[in-house]
Amino acid sequence: MTGTMNITLKVWRQAGPTAPGKFETYTARDVSPESSFLEMLDVVNEKLVLEGKEPIAFDHDCREGICGMCGMMINGVAHGPSKLTTTCQLHMRSFKDGDSITLEPWRANAFPVIRDLVVDRSPLDRIIQAGGFISVPTGAPQDANALPIGKPEADEAMDAAACIGCGACVAACPNASASLFTAAKISHLGLLPQGQPERYRRALSMVTQMDLEGFGGCSLFGECMAACPKGISIDFIKRMNGDYVWGSVSARPEKTVLTSG
Amino acid sequence: MKLDAKIPSGPIQDKWDKHRFEMKLVNPANKRKYHVIVVGSGLAGASAAASMSELGYNVSCFAYQDSPRRAHSIAAQGGINAAKNYRNDGDSIWRLFYDTVKGGDFRAREANVYRLAQVSNNIIDQCVAQGVPFGREYGGLLANRSFGGAQVSRTFYARGQTGQQLLLGAYQALEKEIARGGVKMYNRHEMLDVVLVNGVARGIITRDLVTGKVEAHVADAVVLGTGGYGNVFYLSTNAQGCNVTAAYRAYKKGAAFANPCYTQIHPTCIPVAGEHQSKLTLMSESLRNDGRVWVPKKREDVGKKPSEIPEEDRDYYLERKYPSYGNLAPRDISSRAAKEACDDGRGVGPGGRGVYLDFSDSIKRLGAKEIGDRYGNLFEMYQRITDENPYEVPMRIYPASHYAMGGLWVDYNLMSTIPGLHVIGEANFSDHGANRLGASALMQGLADGYFVLPYTIGHYLASTKFEKVSTDHPEFRAALESVQQRTTRLLSINGKRSADSFHRALGKILWEHCGMARNAAGLTQALQEIPVLREEFWQNLTVPGTGDTFNQQLEKAGRVADFLEFAELLCIDALHREESCGGHFREEHQEAGEAKRNDEQFAYVAAWEYAGDGKAPVLNKEPLEFENVHLATRSYK
Repeated sequence: MTGTMNITLKVWRQAGPTAPGKFETYTARDVSPESSFLEMLDVVNEKLVLEGKEPIAFDHDCREGICGMCGMMINGVAHGPSKLTTTCQLHMRSFKDGDSITLEPWRANAFPVIRDLVVDRSPLDRIIQAGGFISVPTGAPQDANALPIGKPEADEAMDAAACIGCGACVAACPNASASLFTAAKISHLGLLPQGQPERYRRALSMVTQMDLEGFGGCSLFGECMAACPKGISIDFIKRMNGDYVWGSVSARPEKTVLTSG
Repeated sequence: MKLDAKIPSGPIQDKWDKHRFEMKLVNPANKRKYHVIVVGSGLAGASAAASMSELGYNVSCFAYQDSPRRAHSIAAQGGINAAKNYRNDGDSIWRLFYDTVKGGDFRAREANVYRLAQVSNNIIDQCVAQGVPFGREYGGLLANRSFGGAQVSRTFYARGQTGQQLLLGAYQALEKEIARGGVKMYNRHEMLDVVLVNGVARGIITRDLVTGKVEAHVADAVVLGTGGYGNVFYLSTNAQGCNVTAAYRAYKKGAAFANPCYTQIHPTCIPVAGEHQSKLTLMSESLRNDGRVWVPKKREDVGKKPSEIPEEDRDYYLERKYPSYGNLAPRDISSRAAKEACDDGRGVGPGGRGVYLDFSDSIKRLGAKEIGDRYGNLFEMYQRITDENPYEVPMRIYPASHYAMGGLWVDYNLMSTIPGLHVIGEANFSDHGANRLGASALMQGLADGYFVLPYTIGHYLASTKFEKVSTDHPEFRAALESVQQRTTRLLSINGKRSADSFHRALGKILWEHCGMARNAAGLTQALQEIPVLREEFWQNLTVPGTGDTFNQQLEKAGRVADFLEFAELLCIDALHREESCGGHFREEHQEAGEAKRNDEQFAYVAAWEYAGDGKAPVLNKEPLEFENVHLATRSYK
């Protein structure tokens, strides 16, 4: 096993949404290269707590790269230097002794800072609320195998469905656009036969909601795809745009109002 | 306390149908007059909240994460069982029922398990309709894989992300209902108490984790889908935030806690790398379909590279000991076998706490591409964490705390011993007995949420007369005040140890004395050490910051405080159960190294009743009757 390292951290500290923020410098000593990035922060925080200081707030939960809770800018890169890796799966062996690391929250108008590295990502939930679902109530379906779906279609839908909703795409985008996130859900459902009845309506309302939330537009920089820990392809944005355009030209006023319950 | 499981009469295959007919219904126009609180937004909570909202009830749903999609169900990898028999390999509802009862080492309630097997097929239908992208064959039909403890192939999967995809299905249904106004979602809220009015659950007290505001919420029924307590061991495969607080608060208000000693230690996790470790990562059990588990036969070989150990010097111990199930032996058995091999000095990797999971034979047989198709993302995850490539060197794995079969006691209607308080998913005790089979947790969470609770809660609401209650009621005020006092107390100790350090110390005690193997002396010692640690916690804890801000240390401290009490209950249960069954292995009770059950004395559910601080909890027994499955020694040989 290689020896331990000392790391200098410059961390964005901000007490609340309206409080001014600034960088504070900390030293992480004797960091094991086998430890994860968040475990390194745990050690720094443990020391702060014992000094009676408030530890660095950061979101995290599953620590296995699937819940999408964690995420921060590490030296200006969403989720840090390892490709296809969430912050919690990043390991200190990606850094070397003496490195200086700058940590910032996701920066986007639509994601206000709650505290330090924690931001409010509820706009992403509201984009899903706008139509990121298939309207089937519990209990109604037919037998699962009554609807064969080709393996390639199912696989491609799964590629899109792999999105963890972490918001790295927004943070990486110069326009702070949520296009990759929105396109992933529109594509996941739009690629499947079950998603066809609402396909264009869904695209129209999800894209509209994305704009309403204050996310920027997509100008195909491709930074989102590079930052995405699940490797969601930018091709899905093309698909979303197609569905959106078709949805716009084919939209008809709805004659009846849906009711349920 | 009287435990009435309310199991319907009649043949087991007719019980649920009969019960569904006999239960009272709420008129559609009246449903919106009822308000139901759901705590937790995982598979059970999200599916229940969405389904009840679709029916017309007013639902409030609470999650401690920033979005319901982040609940820890999302991390389940391998799959979900259903008795579809799409493989034509002899599966049936009866077989799934039988396998689950046997897998649970005959400590589950038959009627609940049968119902679970019955609705398993509806779950797959429902999920496909929602757009869950399950794995498929080229012909377009759903694919299956095998899982431990079964000889049929009945597990449906979405790559290695089945939990994620099922949760997203439930989450999307939930968001649909939020948009419609049927569900009000409270993200970043933690439940800190349940409120009883005249002995009936009528609401909860929550803390807004962003503003620190402590609030009361009134409802006609409360549902806990708050997951398991595996984090009591500190190191586990659970998410960092998983906790026992909601269930434990309910216990202290009168809900019986059933079989807390039934904890599942999952055999295939990435071993501990060092002191800094904050969690352990599971490698899906599905890997055991194609991976072979082995350790060196000779102790002197443990330091060698695996490639330097010839075939004849390897001990494929699962294949040797359990030839008919081999590497797919159930979790409890596989975990203990790994521990035995390591205790014997034949463990591999740092600290000697690891065994190999080797894919080289399968790669030879099927090719690296096929193995990559099946497990690619798991292999990548393994490599990211360990910096080793499992296509080239065998994985190293070791058991870790993963799941809690124990939980709040519920009757057939999923109601706890507190009227109106329902418990679903991992938070209840009902279906897995003493050991859960792989791919059954997702099944149970969704069965409870989609297909059981939405019926049974209607019956409860329709047959209960509700008095008008508001947050001004003295019980709500008292509960609110007590939660605030507790928060103030945690903040004012001003000691010298962090909540995390206490949690770590507690985990060590439990893993040592109440982990994969337990004995009376160890448990007695744990029962001496835990109160001492708890005492120190309340004397020497430090929590920086204040209660009216986003304060993660304060959240953690509250959860650790409850773990420190709950751990004692777990050990008391483990000490009282003088037998070995499933995940509960008492070293005193074994026969030729295998678990020895004691059906004469212990074929019951141990439902513990809170008797007051500092008092021993009261044991209540629900006898388990096996009318359809013959009680037998569980053999996978």
